[in-house]
Amino acid sequence: MIRLDNVSKAFGEKQVLKGFSLDVREGETVALIGFSGSGKSVAIKHVVGLLEPDSGTVFVDDKEVPALPRKELYELRSHIGYVFQFAALFDSLTIGENVGMGLVKQGKLSPPEIETRVAEALALVDLPGNQARYPAELSGGMRKRVGIARAIALRPKYILYDEPTTGLDPVTSAVIDELMLRMQKQLGVTGVVITHDMRSAYRVATRIAMLYEGSVRQVGTVQEIQNTTDPVVRQFIEGRATLDQEAPRAAPTPGGRR
Amino acid sequence: MAPCGIVPYAAAKVRVAAAPRRTHICPVITALGAAVRRQVERLGSVGEFVADSARALSQTRTWTANAMQQARRLGVDSLPIGLLIAAFTGIVLALLANYSLTGAVPLYFVGVLLEKTITLELTPVLTGLALAGRVGANIAAELGTMRVTEQVDALETLAYDPYAYLVVPRVLAGTFMFPVVVALSMLVALGFGYIAARGIVGLTASEFQQGVQLFYTNFDIEYGLVKSASFGFAVSLIGCISGLRARGGAEGVGRAATNAVVYSAVMILVLDAFWAMTWLQAKRT
Repeated sequence: MIRLDNVSKAFGEKQVLKGFSLDVREGETVALIGFSGSGKSVAIKHVVGLLEPDSGTVFVDDKEVPALPRKELYELRSHIGYVFQFAALFDSLTIGENVGMGLVKQGKLSPPEIETRVAEALALVDLPGNQARYPAELSGGMRKRVGIARAIALRPKYILYDEPTTGLDPVTSAVIDELMLRMQKQLGVTGVVITHDMRSAYRVATRIAMLYEGSVRQVGTVQEIQNTTDPVVRQFIEGRATLDQEAPRAAPTPGGRR
Repeated sequence: MAPCGIVPYAAAKVRVAAAPRRTHICPVITALGAAVRRQVERLGSVGEFVADSARALSQTRTWTANAMQQARRLGVDSLPIGLLIAAFTGIVLALLANYSLTGAVPLYFVGVLLEKTITLELTPVLTGLALAGRVGANIAAELGTMRVTEQVDALETLAYDPYAYLVVPRVLAGTFMFPVVVALSMLVALGFGYIAARGIVGLTASEFQQGVQLFYTNFDIEYGLVKSASFGFAVSLIGCISGLRARGGAEGVGRAATNAVVYSAVMILVLDAFWAMTWLQAKRT
């Protein structure tokens, strides 16, 4: 279980998170939605200890992430897959090396076993036989899928997806949605998906949480969010320029991607 | 901050003339304090970076995989520029020696001058400065790009320690490969110095050898190589610090590369003076 408890985080004078709390239960996929720059990525970076909260705390499997010694933090990270918004593949390494990198670090598998696992992961994202290519040779959609393959190759307990379908065509987005569903239903992976794509959120999420002005505005099942009466949430999920058809759009939140 | 410019009402009435002076001084003191604080913080963060890198040395399995590759990239690939500079340094030094010594001292003193200046000072410093540009900018740009494209974050999520995977191999490669490049550069500089002296001045091989050996000590080579190792350490470390602290996209990466080159060049000159004032002076006494 992942639990963010009253997390606050500021960068300089910019207060990004203000008392952000969210529980992610075993086996579910929570979609985290919110305006651009509202701090969604900042929130999930706390889960893997890439950022430390100014106040509040984060628990993963009852371990308090900010308090973990470095060694235990790395051990925890080996159970969490992280899919970056722009894939964050290592330019100087081949696709095969990128996908197998976490496995090499773990040191539990022999090189032939790593090769097999890499091939399986690439096949799962519909990119079989691309081990020898370099990231620069791939399209944006392919790079995102390699990023997902890198995360799932570790067979993690949790996966954090940072805008996995942003900028992709509808068909590739649907393929990635399918993949996320497969991860949840077949492998029982617990996930957090940051997305602006409500169609994708409705499809893959068991619950949806909206981050607004540094904290969770509303969290609920897909149906609860679809039937919400909260004007800010309605504005967002319906993609309207105005709040309740009269007021101007809700003011941009003070957060920002780091 | 609050006390600056805030004067009790009664005192303010009495010291009306003094009040403007205080408001002029306070911002200066505040700014000075802030600047000092920034520098101390910066120094502290560099110390923390060095400590984290030293701690990462224990993760041999992580850094050994990259160390040889970095040694080739930072050392072997830097040989052409290092040797080119050495060749021209040797030629110019021979001509300068000939110009300075003509008629005053025997011709073989060209060899003395070449040996001392090449081993003790010019090759380590000139090669160091050239490599500060090539190696420092290379490291800062590469790591800076990795930082702004979240590749460093990705490394961390895969349970890699960036200090062990990125910093240690580069700093070790810089520290051990700079002396290799400098040692070869010394040979090339002496060789081209001899060719120039022979071709232009008419110095024979035996005269040149006599000059080179006259005041030669092993310390000359030792001093030059240790000094260049310290340059390699500083240049690669500064490149890593600048790169991993890059922020804000392409502009941030450009700034990191520029900072790496400027700080590396300054650090080479500072270290050069440091070694001269300590080790060289101690040797003399």
